[in-house]
Amino acid sequence: MAKFSRKGKGGVPELSTSSLADIVFMILLFFMLTTSMRQGEKKVTLKMPGASEIAKLERKDLAAYIYVGTPIPSEQGKYGTDARIQLNDSFRSVDDIRDFIAAERETLSEADRQFMTVSIKADENVRMGIVTDIKQELRRTSALKIMYAARKAGAGEL
Amino acid sequence: MARPVQGLPSSSLADISFMVLIFFLLVSTMDQDMGLQRRLPPMPDPNQKVDDVQIKRRNIMVVRINDADRLLAGGSPMEVSMLKDKAKEFLLNPTNDENLPEKAEQTIEGFGTYPVSKGVISLQNTRGTSYNAYIKVQNELVKAVNEIRDDFAMQNFGKKYFALTEDQQRVCRDAIPQNISEADPKDTGRKK
Repeated sequence: MAKFSRKGKGGVPELSTSSLADIVFMILLFFMLTTSMRQGEKKVTLKMPGASEIAKLERKDLAAYIYVGTPIPSEQGKYGTDARIQLNDSFRSVDDIRDFIAAERETLSEADRQFMTVSIKADENVRMGIVTDIKQELRRTSALKIMYAARKAGAGEL
Repeated sequence: MARPVQGLPSSSLADISFMVLIFFLLVSTMDQDMGLQRRLPPMPDPNQKVDDVQIKRRNIMVVRINDADRLLAGGSPMEVSMLKDKAKEFLLNPTNDENLPEKAEQTIEGFGTYPVSKGVISLQNTRGTSYNAYIKVQNELVKAVNEIRDDFAMQNFGKKYFALTEDQQRVCRDAIPQNISEADPKDTGRKK
């Protein structure tokens, strides 16, 4: 049985883990490239309406977001259950949109300002009244490029 | 006696990069921003005299959604699913009907002349219309325009619109404009 006896004192050679780091780095890189940072916290319940003819927003960094919807349950004690507008991290009124847009414009470079898109993320149960108010306010601040955020839906499930 | 340099322990490197990976997984989102892109008309100057551009009746199709999300298009009530064909018929006017929009020969750079429809779809809603219904109608109208563009691209370039080059897409866009006007709100319907 000498054939199978261990030679020397070395046991099973340790598994090389040096490539593990490389692999993890590769996964990390993949995630960094395909994802984008989460911005802010949503304080409204949001189920976006489905649409089939939607286009992707090309420049995410040029987008400003306006959330419209019913406040999430934990906020309802304070803000009620009526549809509200959320700008950045707090509930605001339509009149605050002007300042919000101005502030968002300020963060962009001179050349990019004309390409700023305002993405209106509204819940599908919201009434058009509030959306119309937002649209009118955006027209007044001449933020004319807008996007009605929607989720991809096939023709059947519309 | 030169001793061979021991390799640096690299096992912890994997742990560290795992931690960074988890951090990124938590703070980032994968959802893409998709939606219907629109351009709002600029606010009319209050000092300017009210000088409404008169559009002939045959060139305009009014699509109205009421409080109960019922649809009225071109004078007749209909389902959302029928709207696309109605809009296509309106924009294309294949039989050169008297009651459907007229066309104007226009020179398109890099293509030649093409009879461009003068039709405008005017979308009106009340304050009580649900956002869901509104988006559905918008979607149908965009779909109508997209299908016409696809047909046009197929006939002239032999490809679908999205497969065309930047320049050819511009030609398509010029030949089939997306004239959807979102009317100024009328204060009708209940407030909410």
